[in-house]
Amino acid sequence: MAQYAAVLIFLLVGIGIVLFTFFMSRLIRPSNPYKAKNQSYECAEQPIGDSWIRFNNRFYIFALIFVVFDVEAVFLFPWAVAFGHLGLFALIEMMIFIMILLFGLFYAWKKGVLKWV
Amino acid sequence: MELIGIFKYLYEQLVATGIPQVWVDLISLVASAVIIFGVLALIALFLVWWERKLSADFQQRMGPMLTGWHGLIQTVADAIKLIQKEDITPTKADRPVFFWAPIICFVAAFAVYVTVPFGEGLIVSDLNIGILYIVAITTFTVISLLMAGWGSNNKYALLGGMRSAAQVVSYEVPMIVAILSVIVFVGSLSMVDIVESQALIYQWYIFRMPFGPIAFVIFIIAATAETNRTPFDLPEAEQELVAGFNIEYSGMKFAMFFLAEFINMFTVSAIGATLFLGGWQGPFLPSWVWFLVKTFGLVFVFMWFRWTYPRLRVDQLMEFSWKFLLPLAFANLILAGWMKYSGWFNW
Amino acid sequence: MFGVEVSQLFFYLLSFIIIVSAIYVVSLRNIFHCALFLVLCLFSVAGIYILLEAEFLAAVQVLIYVGAVSILMIFAIMLTSRLANKKIMQSNDNVTVAIFVCAGFLLTSLGSFGYTVWKVVDSPLPENNTLTIGKLLMTDYVLPFEVVSIVLLAAMIGAIVLARREKI
Repeated sequence: MAQYAAVLIFLLVGIGIVLFTFFMSRLIRPSNPYKAKNQSYECAEQPIGDSWIRFNNRFYIFALIFVVFDVEAVFLFPWAVAFGHLGLFALIEMMIFIMILLFGLFYAWKKGVLKWV
Repeated sequence: MELIGIFKYLYEQLVATGIPQVWVDLISLVASAVIIFGVLALIALFLVWWERKLSADFQQRMGPMLTGWHGLIQTVADAIKLIQKEDITPTKADRPVFFWAPIICFVAAFAVYVTVPFGEGLIVSDLNIGILYIVAITTFTVISLLMAGWGSNNKYALLGGMRSAAQVVSYEVPMIVAILSVIVFVGSLSMVDIVESQALIYQWYIFRMPFGPIAFVIFIIAATAETNRTPFDLPEAEQELVAGFNIEYSGMKFAMFFLAEFINMFTVSAIGATLFLGGWQGPFLPSWVWFLVKTFGLVFVFMWFRWTYPRLRVDQLMEFSWKFLLPLAFANLILAGWMKYSGWFNW
Repeated sequence: MFGVEVSQLFFYLLSFIIIVSAIYVVSLRNIFHCALFLVLCLFSVAGIYILLEAEFLAAVQVLIYVGAVSILMIFAIMLTSRLANKKIMQSNDNVTVAIFVCAGFLLTSLGSFGYTVWKVVDSPLPENNTLTIGKLLMTDYVLPFEVVSIVLLAAMIGAIVLARREKI
């Protein structure tokens, strides 16, 4: 557990360094905001409407398939670490595991879900 | 010259002052974090200059020539300029999200270096879940890109952020599976164990025919996509999105995104060198020199890609990952498992 | 490097962050901010796992919940234009009923905490818990391991069918 103190220190030092550089630049940079400068950038056009628009749902489908495969990869991590201590049985188990999920990918493919247009 | 000797000497000096052990450890951790930040900042400055010089070479130009020898301190001048730049927050922006996005982006890139082995013994903390920790902590980058896109409240920025997230997410699974096929051979997630299992050149995982080279190529392709570099730089495509998720950022906030981008490129190269090219292992020279030589070699490959290949279309990009790279990576993992089991090339 | 007191201090600190961010998740009016506080909440849970010396679970917590599930949720927010640019309602008229149900749940769980005999492991935890989990998955828990893949497959097919809004 003590090893992970390093992670905490790095997170805190990282945030600290960034805030420090923000502070340093605040001391020397100019600050002259006005309405036209603070407008959202849209190639000098007046922005029309909100930018928080509705996105296409294929983003969502890809994220869903990603979640499934990410969970699968997480199960494969302990398998990969322990495989040296196990035999052929573990290899076959893992192959079945992957095949079942590749079937899902194949299903998505055939249903045209993996098409990004 | 072994760098580790210097650090050991400093640590002993710290112990000799007689302050409690907890404070000694805390001080040395904070010091190592600050030192690594300094090293990374220098590396990023160098990489920006190198990228500009290389692009100039590939296009038969000169590149920066005036500031210092062959423009060597050009990026230092750029950094000084960026510090003086006005920091603009758009009126419509979601202020807290806009403010924290560059910080999270940088910290996610920086925290990886807890467990990157720069050389023999030159590692801050050899976490027993090393490579899994790196894979996990870098996912914060995606969150920061989405935060930048949302926080800017700008159409280009949000579209760029969403595209970045979709792309990074798509290439993450092939990358993890390519890493796994190496883990099968090592039997440990610790970065030090990974390096130590490839002491001799024929033990490097890139030379373990046939799974090694395949895993290496998958890793390099996925890493290019993860770092949003050409030919996978659609989220930052200047011609259609102006600049992508960082369009509204200026001054130091922009500098943080820029720094994180170059640190990330160095990170994936360092991981590639550790997993496939034997990390710090090598004859004659000190271990950290070998590590840097291999890592910069891979950085050169990424830059070479960038100035050689044209950009992919978004549908090609997504379909390439899901329909080709992912099945290939899984087949390769099964192959690696079979090789480990049968003892083929397992020296 | 740390004594028991320090890890207890971190436990209370992390619990505080988890509870506060969870309250923000259910009370903020901006749904994107809710999602971000959920990320903070889940990341702090990973910290609790570290304190329990379950490093593998901590990394998995970050990888799955921060890296995958929260991105899925942000994409879902982007899907629903109504939610994205308007303030949302986090409460409705059934507050009284909800208070009773929640109080009942709280009492039940507090009671069961009191009655449960908590086992204390005296032997030291295995040094490498990834290896131990891997071995157990491949020996004692082979069937659950394979069932997980079926569950994931079902989730994926179900999601595809729902998302495509196929006419049956």
